[in-house]
Amino acid sequence: MRFSFTPEQEEFRSSLRRALEARSPTKEVRRLMATDQGFERDGWKKLNQELGLTAIHIPEAYGGGGFGQADLAIVLEEMGRGLLCAPFLSTVLAANAILNAGTDEQKRALLPAIASGEKTATLAFSEEDGRNDAEGVAMTATQSGATWRLEGAKSFVLDGHTADLIVVLARRPGSQGEDGLSFFTVDGNSPGLERKRLKTMDETRKLARLTFNSVEARLLGEAGAAAAPFIRTLHQAAVLLANEMVGGAERLREDALAYTKMRMQFGRSIASFQTTKNKAADMLVDVELAKSAAYYAAAALDEGDDDLPAIASLAKACAAEAYLQTAIHAVQMHGGIGFTWDNDTHLWFKRAKSSEILFGDANQHRELMMQHWKH
Amino acid sequence: MSEETESSVRAEVRAWLEANWKPEYGLVEWRTKLIESGWGAPHWPKQWYGRGLPVHFTAVVDEEFARIGAVGVAKAGIRTLAAATILDHGTDLHKEKFLRRILTGEDTWCQLFSEPGSGSDMAGAVTRADRKGNNWVINGQKVWTTSAHKAHWGLLLARANWDVPKHKGLAYFILDMKQPGVQVHPLKQMNGHASFNQVFFTDAMVEPEMMVCDVGDGWTVATTTLMHERRGADGLRSWAQASNRKGRIYEEENAEIASTMEPYKWYPQRAGRVDLVMERAKATGKIKDPVIRQEIARLLIMSKAAEWTARRARAAQEQGRPQGPEGSLGKLVSSHVARQAARVHTYITGAAALLSGEDSPMNGVIAEILVSVPATSIAGGTDEIQRNIISERVLKMPKEPSVDTTKPFKDVPRNIAASS
Repeated sequence: MRFSFTPEQEEFRSSLRRALEARSPTKEVRRLMATDQGFERDGWKKLNQELGLTAIHIPEAYGGGGFGQADLAIVLEEMGRGLLCAPFLSTVLAANAILNAGTDEQKRALLPAIASGEKTATLAFSEEDGRNDAEGVAMTATQSGATWRLEGAKSFVLDGHTADLIVVLARRPGSQGEDGLSFFTVDGNSPGLERKRLKTMDETRKLARLTFNSVEARLLGEAGAAAAPFIRTLHQAAVLLANEMVGGAERLREDALAYTKMRMQFGRSIASFQTTKNKAADMLVDVELAKSAAYYAAAALDEGDDDLPAIASLAKACAAEAYLQTAIHAVQMHGGIGFTWDNDTHLWFKRAKSSEILFGDANQHRELMMQHWKH
Repeated sequence: MSEETESSVRAEVRAWLEANWKPEYGLVEWRTKLIESGWGAPHWPKQWYGRGLPVHFTAVVDEEFARIGAVGVAKAGIRTLAAATILDHGTDLHKEKFLRRILTGEDTWCQLFSEPGSGSDMAGAVTRADRKGNNWVINGQKVWTTSAHKAHWGLLLARANWDVPKHKGLAYFILDMKQPGVQVHPLKQMNGHASFNQVFFTDAMVEPEMMVCDVGDGWTVATTTLMHERRGADGLRSWAQASNRKGRIYEEENAEIASTMEPYKWYPQRAGRVDLVMERAKATGKIKDPVIRQEIARLLIMSKAAEWTARRARAAQEQGRPQGPEGSLGKLVSSHVARQAARVHTYITGAAALLSGEDSPMNGVIAEILVSVPATSIAGGTDEIQRNIISERVLKMPKEPSVDTTKPFKDVPRNIAASS
C-alpha cells in the first residue's frame, strides 16, 4: 500500500520502536561507534533473532519470514530513527543481491544463515573512485578450470571489515560497461583478502577497503550477466536507505522541537518565537514530503512498478535533501550546545551526511530520475 | 429511522431523475422542482431543501446526475459559503429568504471580510457598523472581493463595538449590495487581470434582522465561513465544468458557470502549471541542459511528494484514522511547488520569458505563470500564517505573546491610512 500501512505493519513498527529504544539508547550508540567492529556480535545476533530482522524479506523457502521489501523498509526507518549500530543495511544489500542474481540452489545454500542471523554479509561494488554504477567496476575475475579468482580492490564497503560473507561485483578482463559483469561470493576470512577499516566521518556507519590478491571466489548466478540484478539491487538500496533516512530525519526533527520548547531565552520559551516556529514548520514539511516519497517507493519495490528506477531515485534525492536540511536546522535550533560532542544531534547530523552520499548523492539521483522519467 | 445505503440512495435518486428530468426545462424552473425534491442538496436538512443524508452520499447522487446528464443546483462561487454559514448560524428568516435562491442560482453572493488594513489579521477589521435608529449603518472599505460587482448579497464582517477586545466587537451581517451606499470598483492585479474588487461603504444600511447571531459573535460566524472555504464547502463548490451538451438548460448553465468562474481563469497558472514543464523542456531542447534538468527534477520531486502526501492524508481520512500532520501541509507546499515551477518555466523559456501576451510562448500562458505565481503564497492564508498554524496546531508550539487581544480595540495601534 503506497499511502498507508496495514494495522499489522503499524503494530510491527511500534514494537520495533520500543525494542530499539530499549536496546539502542544514544549511550549505547556512542559506546559501539567507538569500537573497531562498530557493533557487538552477540548482542546484535540476539536482537536480530528475537525480532527476525534480517529474515523479514527473505522468502520462507530460504529460511526467511516471507514478507516484502515494504516491511523491510519499516525496519530501516526505525533503525534510522534509533541509529542502531549493527551490520543490518549491509547484510540486507547482500541478501538482495543473492535474491536478485543467485540460482535457487545458491539461495538455499546462502540465505538461511543470513536469515537466522548466523552470518553477517555485505555487498562490495564501489572501488577507489566511489562510483555507484556498473561501468565503474574495474576489479577482475578470471576463471581457470572450475576456479574463479578475484584481483583488485573494493572500497567504501559497508561493514566490509566484519562481514562473514562478501558478495563482490567483478568483471571479465577486457570487458567494459555493463558487459562481462558477474557476482561472486567470498568468505570474510579468505586467504589473500586484506580488510582495512576506514576511519569514517559518521562513526555509526563503518566502511572498509578490501584488497583482493588472487582470492578464490564462488560465482553467484550467471557469469557475465550481473548488470541487471546489480542495477535492481541498487534501486532497492536507494529506496531502503531513503526509508532509513526519513526515520532519522523525523527523530532529529522531534528532538529539536522538544528542545526549543524547554529552552528559555529573553524570558520566554524559544519555541514561542516566530523565527523558530517557521523553521519547525518547514522541517515538518521537508520530513513529511520525504516520508511520502520513501513509503511510495517502498511499496513500488514489491509491486513490480515499471517506473521504479525513476521513483527510487526520486525518493533517495528527496530524503537526502530533507535529512541534511533537517540536521542543519536541528543543530541551529540547539544553538551552541548543538555543536558540542556531548549533545546527541551530531550523531544524526553525521548519519544525514553519510546517507546523503552513500549510493549516490542528490544531484546524481536527480539526473538518474530525469533519464528514467516517463511522463 | 430508516437506514439508507449507497444502493438505496442510488436507486431512489435514479428513479426520481428518470421520472422528472427533462432537458427542455429552463434552468430556474428545473432547479425549483429539483430543490423541492431534496435531491439538489441531499446532505442539507429535510426542512431546508435537503434529505438529511450523510455527506458522503452526495458523491453517489452526483454520479446519478452525471449519468443522466441532469443539471444540478448552483454550485459555484461564494453562494455556497453563504449557504453553509446560514445553515449553521442563520435564523429561520435568513434560511427562508436566501437558501432557495442560492440553490436556484438566482442570487449571487460575495464575501466582505478582508480590508486594506487587515489581511492576515482579519479580526482587526475597522469597517464600522453603527446603530442609527432601528438600522445598522455601515462605513468603511473591503478588498479582494470576488464577484462583488455582480453580487446581490454580501457576507459582511464589521466592527460594532470598539470598547471590547478585537475578536469580541465584530458583527456579521447580510448586506444588500444593490443600494446607493455600496460602491464597487475593480482591483487590477500585477498579472493584469481584475478578478477582485474594492468595495466602499458610505452609510450603507442593514436592517437589524439581517445580522447573523449577536454583536460579539461575528468572529465565530466568520470562522465558520472560512472553514467552509478551506474545505471547499463540503464538495459543493467544485471547479465548475461547462457541459458540452446541447439544449436551452445547458446553455443557461454554461453561461452561469462562465460568469462565476471568470475571475478564476488564471488560477491554473497561479499554481505554476507543472503539467507543462516536460513538454516545454522537450519542445525547446532545454531538456538536454544538465542544470535545467536538475531544476526540473527538483520540481517534479516536490510536486510528486506533495501529491503523495495529500494521498496519505486522504487515505487516513477514508480509513477513519486520525489524520497525521500530513493533512495540514498542502497549502504551504503548493506555494513551494508554484515558485519552483515559475523558476523552471523561466529557465526553459529563456529570452522569450521577457515577453507577454501573444508575443509570449503559448499565447501568453507562460508569461501569465510568471506573474501569477506570487499570489499562491498570499491568497487564502499567507505562507507565514500557514507556518504559524502548523507550528501552533500541529507542533503545539506556543503563540507569540499578543499585544492586541485583551485591551479594548479602540486602544490597539492600527494602520493610519486604513483607519482614516
